[in-house]
Formats: sequence, C-alpha cells, structure tokens
Amino acid sequence: MFEIIAFYIFAALTIGMFGIVVMSRNALYSMSALAGGMIFISGFFFILDAEFLGVVQIVVYSGAIMALYAFGMMFFDTTRDISEKMRSKKIAYTLSVMSAILVVTILCAPLVSENIQASYPSIDNVGNVQMIGIVLFTKYLVPFELAAIMLLVAMIAGIVLASKKMDEYLAIEDEEVEDAKEVK
Amino acid sequence: MITLTHYLVLTGILFSIGLVGVMRRTNLLMLFFSTEILLNAINIGFVAVSKYYGDLTGQMFAFFIIAVAASEVAVGLGLLILWYKRNGSVDLNSLQMMKG
Amino acid sequence: MEKYLYTALFAPLISSLFVAFFAARPKMLFTGIVASLLIAISMIASFILLIDVNTYGPLHVTMMDWIAAGNLEIPFGFVVDEVSVIMMVTVTLVSTIVHIYSIGYMDHDKSFNRFFSYLSAFVFSMMILVMSDNFVGLFIGWEGVGLCSWLLIGFWYHKHSASWAANEAFIMNRIADLGMLMGLFLIYWNVGSFQYDDVFASVKGMDPVLLATIGIFLFIGAMGKSAQFPLHTWLADAMEGPTPVSALIHAATMVTAGVYLVIRCGELYSLIPEVGFAIASLGAFVAVFAASMALVNNDLKRIIAYSTLSQLGYMFVAAGLGAYWIALFHLMTHAFFKSLLFLGAGNVMHAMHDELNIKKMGGLYGSMKATAILMSVASVALAGIYPFAGFFSKDKILEVAFSEGAYFLWFALFIGAGLTAFYSFRLVMLVFFGEKEYVKYGVHPHEAQPFVIYALLPLGLLAVIAGFFEHTFEGFVTRLLAQYEIHIEHGTEALLIAGTLGIAISGISFAVFMYRRGGFSKSWEESMGYKLLSNQYYIPKLYELYIMRPFTSLARFAWLKIDTKIVDFTVDLIARIVYSTGQNARKMQSGNLSDMLRWMIVGMIVLLALAIFYRPMV
Repeated sequence: MFEIIAFYIFAALTIGMFGIVVMSRNALYSMSALAGGMIFISGFFFILDAEFLGVVQIVVYSGAIMALYAFGMMFFDTTRDISEKMRSKKIAYTLSVMSAILVVTILCAPLVSENIQASYPSIDNVGNVQMIGIVLFTKYLVPFELAAIMLLVAMIAGIVLASKKMDEYLAIEDEEVEDAKEVK
Repeated sequence: MITLTHYLVLTGILFSIGLVGVMRRTNLLMLFFSTEILLNAINIGFVAVSKYYGDLTGQMFAFFIIAVAASEVAVGLGLLILWYKRNGSVDLNSLQMMKG
Repeated sequence: MEKYLYTALFAPLISSLFVAFFAARPKMLFTGIVASLLIAISMIASFILLIDVNTYGPLHVTMMDWIAAGNLEIPFGFVVDEVSVIMMVTVTLVSTIVHIYSIGYMDHDKSFNRFFSYLSAFVFSMMILVMSDNFVGLFIGWEGVGLCSWLLIGFWYHKHSASWAANEAFIMNRIADLGMLMGLFLIYWNVGSFQYDDVFASVKGMDPVLLATIGIFLFIGAMGKSAQFPLHTWLADAMEGPTPVSALIHAATMVTAGVYLVIRCGELYSLIPEVGFAIASLGAFVAVFAASMALVNNDLKRIIAYSTLSQLGYMFVAAGLGAYWIALFHLMTHAFFKSLLFLGAGNVMHAMHDELNIKKMGGLYGSMKATAILMSVASVALAGIYPFAGFFSKDKILEVAFSEGAYFLWFALFIGAGLTAFYSFRLVMLVFFGEKEYVKYGVHPHEAQPFVIYALLPLGLLAVIAGFFEHTFEGFVTRLLAQYEIHIEHGTEALLIAGTLGIAISGISFAVFMYRRGGFSKSWEESMGYKLLSNQYYIPKLYELYIMRPFTSLARFAWLKIDTKIVDFTVDLIARIVYSTGQNARKMQSGNLSDMLRWMIVGMIVLLALAIFYRPMV
C-alpha cells in the first residue's frame, strides 16, 4: 500500500523536477531542480531496498556533483536568463517523442523470462549494506580498484585543467632552482 | 501492485526527458545537466531489475555508474572552464571548429 | 623414345623463347644460327621418330593432366603415329630450310631477331597441332598458328597494308574457328571425350545426321585455315609478309592444317560420303577458280599464292572422296616444291630490290642461274610432269576422281592441271626469259648468297625424287589411314595418265611459245574476262561493300550509342552516386554539437526500431 503511494508521489515529483531542468530558462532554477530530482531518485532507491545505493546517491550526486555544478555556475556568468535559440524545434520534439514511444513499447512488452538465474543473489537475513560490501570486495574487487584509479585520474585532470598556471610548464625551471638555492 | 514494468516505464520516461534536454539545450552547462538526467534514469532501471530478480548485480552496476558520472563531471567541467577562458562563451554553437 | 618426341616438340619453343630475349635489339647473327640449329635438331628428332614408327608402331605419350573438371578430362597428350610423323617431318624439314634461308633474306632487316622468334614460335604451334592426340590440343595448335601467322604477316607493322592483311587473315580464321568450335562442342556432347581414340571409336554408332553436322562444322574450320572459298581472300593478301613466311606458312604448313584435320578425321568423314563429296566439289571449284585468277595476275608472289590455293583444292578433292593417303601424299610433295617456288621468288625479289611486278622483270636467267634452275624444277614438279614429284601425287588425285565416277570433278581438275602448267611457266618465262625489262628501271640483279642456294638444294632434290617413294608411303600411312584402291582398268588408266600429261605439256609449251614472242597483245587486257580475273572476280570488293561497311557502321553505332551512352553512363552513374552520397553525408559533420547529438538520437531510434521489429532471439 505504502509502496504504491510512495512510488507514484516520487515518480510525479521526479518527472516534474527533471522537466524543469530541461525546460527552464533560468540556470539557477535548472540546477536546483536537478538537485531536487537527485534526492527523489534516492527515494526510489530506498523503496527498492537498496539502502546503500540510496545513501551513496545523496552523498555523491546531490552533495559532490551538485556542488561542482554550483561552483561551475559561479564561474560562468549564468545568473542571467539564458537566451537560447533552439534550431528546428520540430525535429527535436519529433525525435524525442519517437524515442519515448519506442522505449516505452519495448519496456511494456511482457517480460517473459523464467530462466534468469541470479549471479549474485541476495541472502535474506543479511542487510543490504553487508551484502554490497561482501560482493563489492570479493567479486567486484578489480572494477573497484579501477574505479578508484579512474577517480584519481579525474581529480588530477580537474585540477590541472582548471588551475591558473597549470597550463604552463609544470616543473620548476633550472634558474628557479638556482635562485632557490642562492636564496637559502 | 507495482511491478517491474512500472519502474521500467518510469525509466523510459525519464530517459526521454533527458534526450529532450540533450537536443534542446545550447548552453553547455545545461547539456551536462541533461546528461546527468540520462544517467540517473538508467540507475533507476538497474536497481529496479536488481530488486525484482533478487540479484545484486544491478546495484553494483549502478554503483559504478555513479562513480563514473562523478569523474566525468570533474573532467567535463575542467574542460568547460578552459574553453570559457579561451572563447568567452559557453554556447554550443561557438564550438564549431571541427566542421566536416 | 619419348625424349625424341619432347625434343621434336620443345626445341622450337626453346628457340623461340631464347631468341625472344634479343627481340628488341638490332640484328645479331647468332640468333638466326641458334634458331636454325634448334629447328634442325627438331627435324632430326622427327626423322628418328619416323624410323621408329616404321619399326615399332605409334607412340602415345601423356605429358600431364590439363583440365580435370567434373566429367571433362583433357590431358596434354601427344601421339606420334604414321600420319603425324609424316606431317612432323614435312614441317620440320621445310622449317629448317626456311630458317637458314631467312638468315640470308632478312640480312638487312632491323627486326632480324624478332623474325626468328616468331618463326620458331610458329613451328612450335604447328608441332602441337600435328602431334596432339585430342581435339583440344589440335585447337590450341590451330589458334597458335593463327596467332603466329598474324604476327608474321604483319611483321612490318608500320606498313598499313601489312597490318591490314594480318588482321584480315586472323579475323577470317576466327570466323571459321567458330564453326570448328561448334563441331568440337558437338563431339564432346555426344562422345564425352576429346581424345581421338574415344571419338573415332564411338562415331560408328552415331546418327548419320549428327555425324554430317559435325563433319560440316569441322570442315568450316578447315575452310578458314586452308582458305577455301569463300574464306579465301586472306591468302593472297597474306603475301604482304616477308617471303620466308609465305614459304613456310602459306605454302607448306599452316594452310595444310585444314587438310590435316580432314585426314585425321578420316574415320568420321568416311561414314558421311555425301559431305565428303561436297568437300570434294568445293575443292575442285577452288582449284579452277584460283588457277583462273593466277592466269592474269602480275604480282610475283600472288601468282604463287593462287597456285597454293589451287593445289589445296586438289588436296581437298582427294580427302573428300575418301583417298586420305593420297591427299597426305600430295600435301607432302606440294610442301616441297611450293616452298621452293616461294623461296626462289624471294631470291628474285631481293635481286630486283623488292620489285613484285613480273612485267618489270625478264631475262634474269643470265644473272641468276641457280635460282632460275631451281624455280623451273619446282614449276615442272608443280605442273605434274613425269618423273617429278607432282606427277605422282596430282595424277593420283585425278584418277581418284575418275574412279569414283565423279566425272565432272575429274574434268574440272583436268582443266585445272592445264591452267596450272600454263601460269607456272608464264611466271618462269616472264621472270627469267624474254626481254630484260628491268634495265629500264636501273636495277642490277645479282644472285643470292651461296649458302642460301645450298639451303634450297635439298628441296629441289625432294621435288624431283619424292614421287618415287609413293609405294613406301602408301604402305606406311595406310597402317593408320583407310586403304584406298583405285578401280580403273589398266587401259583407261594409261589413257588418263596420257591425257593429263598431254594437257600439262601443252600448257607449258603454250606458255613458252607465247611468252617467247613477247606475250599476249595488250587488247586482251581490255576484255571483260581479263578485268574480272585480275580483280579476283570482284570478291574482295563484294566483301568490303556488303560485309565490312555494314559491320563498321554497326560497330560505330554500338560504340557511340550503346557503349558511350549506356555502359559508360551506368558506370559513371555508380561513381557519381557514391560521390554525391558522400557529399550529402558530409553535411552531417557540421561541427555543431547540437546537430551531432540529434544524429546520435536518430541512430538510437533506428536501433530501437530494429530491436522491436527484428528480434533474433525472442
């Protein structure tokens, strides 16, 4: 019972929020709506018994990523209204309607699949967090490590790209070494 | 009863909204927002399937998608800043140097 | 024994390939010597094989499998039986002499090396033709000699008339080859094999109509190669090639390939006597037809060419009437004295600085005794006077015609004999005796180099004595070919021989008599008969008007309207479609990210549609 109500409420809210993101002409409204939408999506995760993922969604998405976007927003002068000239609206809307229809058609088709075997089945007594922990650090260890490396690389890339003097030569020049030694 | 189909239809709708955003927006930053919408829609789909088949694979995948999205945003914004510094505009139409 | 077979077959090929390396260089004497030597080796091998076949019998060799596709099996096989060994000996003997002669004749030619390469290649093709043991090998040799004939007739390719004549020869041969191919297809279809043994074993059981069709088709092929009417015009024009070429190809070897074919398929033709009779009639017609054109011609080599044509007619009469060994015998003797005539004519041409008009010659006996004697000997042999070779072979043919009851054919050949004698001696008289016309043109003739004369001596000798081997020849060849007995009473036979001799001698004496006194009066040249004959019955003109012109305009139409407008247009269209597709697709790459994103979504929709409507797994 609760599930049905919760589902429909969250669904409506999410669709509404994302609609604002896509349609609004004010950048700030879009960003706020995006943050809101993220939170509601984490609501979905909680309904679906994926508590760990729900929390991760809030922390990473709404916390880190939206913060990044907010800083980006401050960097560009986007507080004014964005005047966008969209070219050929008709094509865009036609394409999107078609893809929506197609996707929904595919997904509404009866799902006939009795032979699916769960590769990593969830055990009932164990909580979701523990389950994820077990699977993540045993079966998915290598992707985990790779994801870690990838995040490291992304971080360094972000710093190098955005910092002021970072597009210059990074190492210390020889004269500067000499200068540093002399000063000492 | 909320079946898997409900969740998947929701995923489809959210995905289409994301597509509209991708096609419609000419401000690069807004484009990034739309990409985020796409990724989130998919995440819902994965987790829903994972719940209804009792398989944890979907959640793991959603987890990794979140990780990837984070790094993508970092690098993307960095590039965006660089572009802004050189061209002074974040409009998509100014990005037309690689004309075929 | 096989090694002699391979030597005889491949020595000319080695010669041709070896000399071909030097083909682009200026004259190198040793190429001629090497070529002649290798052909002489082939000749010796052929002689050894002759003795061997005489003692032991035929020799079959299968060198290797060529085509083995499903039911079709064609090996490269060679057979040396009585008929082919006679042909081999004739071909290699005449070829050796022609090669040695050419060293002297082509002395001042700058394409000396190339000539020997082509000549040896021709000998090789001819050897394949006569030595093959299946019809397809014969056809390979057939085409090979056609090709080499084209190369050699058009040897001086910068002369327009020479290349035109070469094309004419090749194209006419090709038209005839279509008939031959039809015959070969019919043979394969009904017999299932191309080997001579298999074919001749199964012809006995075949339907006569089918046999007649095969025989006619094969004969059409022979008509092209041996220049029977109506495919005869190329032979006279082929005189554009150098004289040794005319001697070898258009006297002794290539043109006899058609006769060889008919002789080889004797077992087939003897089952269809009506077709044989038709062949004989055509042969008799050609004999008289060609002789009539030779009567008035003033071109030295053309007279001899028409003479060849006429004698080929004689051979076909014999072959058509079933007397295959007689046809082969005449082929052999004819090869000797005809090539001698041509080579002697070459000497005369050289002496007269390539002048061909016999009216401008005369009285050359004084300066060229050896050539004059040799040519006279050859002419007497040609006319068929006892005891020279021509008498034995030609006379036999007349007897054959008589004994078969084909009196009309006999009469035609009888007249032909008289005409032959007449024009041969007309030639001899106008060239060697009579007024010295050449003085007016400031020509100083001299005899050919001695080694050339020595090379011609064996031919002269054979022209004299070859006739005496008639009985040995008959005994030898009829081991393979059908026996043929002439059933005439002794008295009639003697009368016939006397009659033939009589007309020949009267022809000779008439010619000598008339031309000693300066020939016929000029008024003859105005008469319509003379004009008809000297224009070759206007047949070339006819061909040009009714065949060549329409064909040229058809070809032109096909080129301009069909090829350019349709075929080229279609090919260009394909290219243009590809190009314009590229040009239009280029607009996708606008560089605008928004557009690209939309294209991406278009692609996604296409894939989704495919997923719905084409589901391989569900």
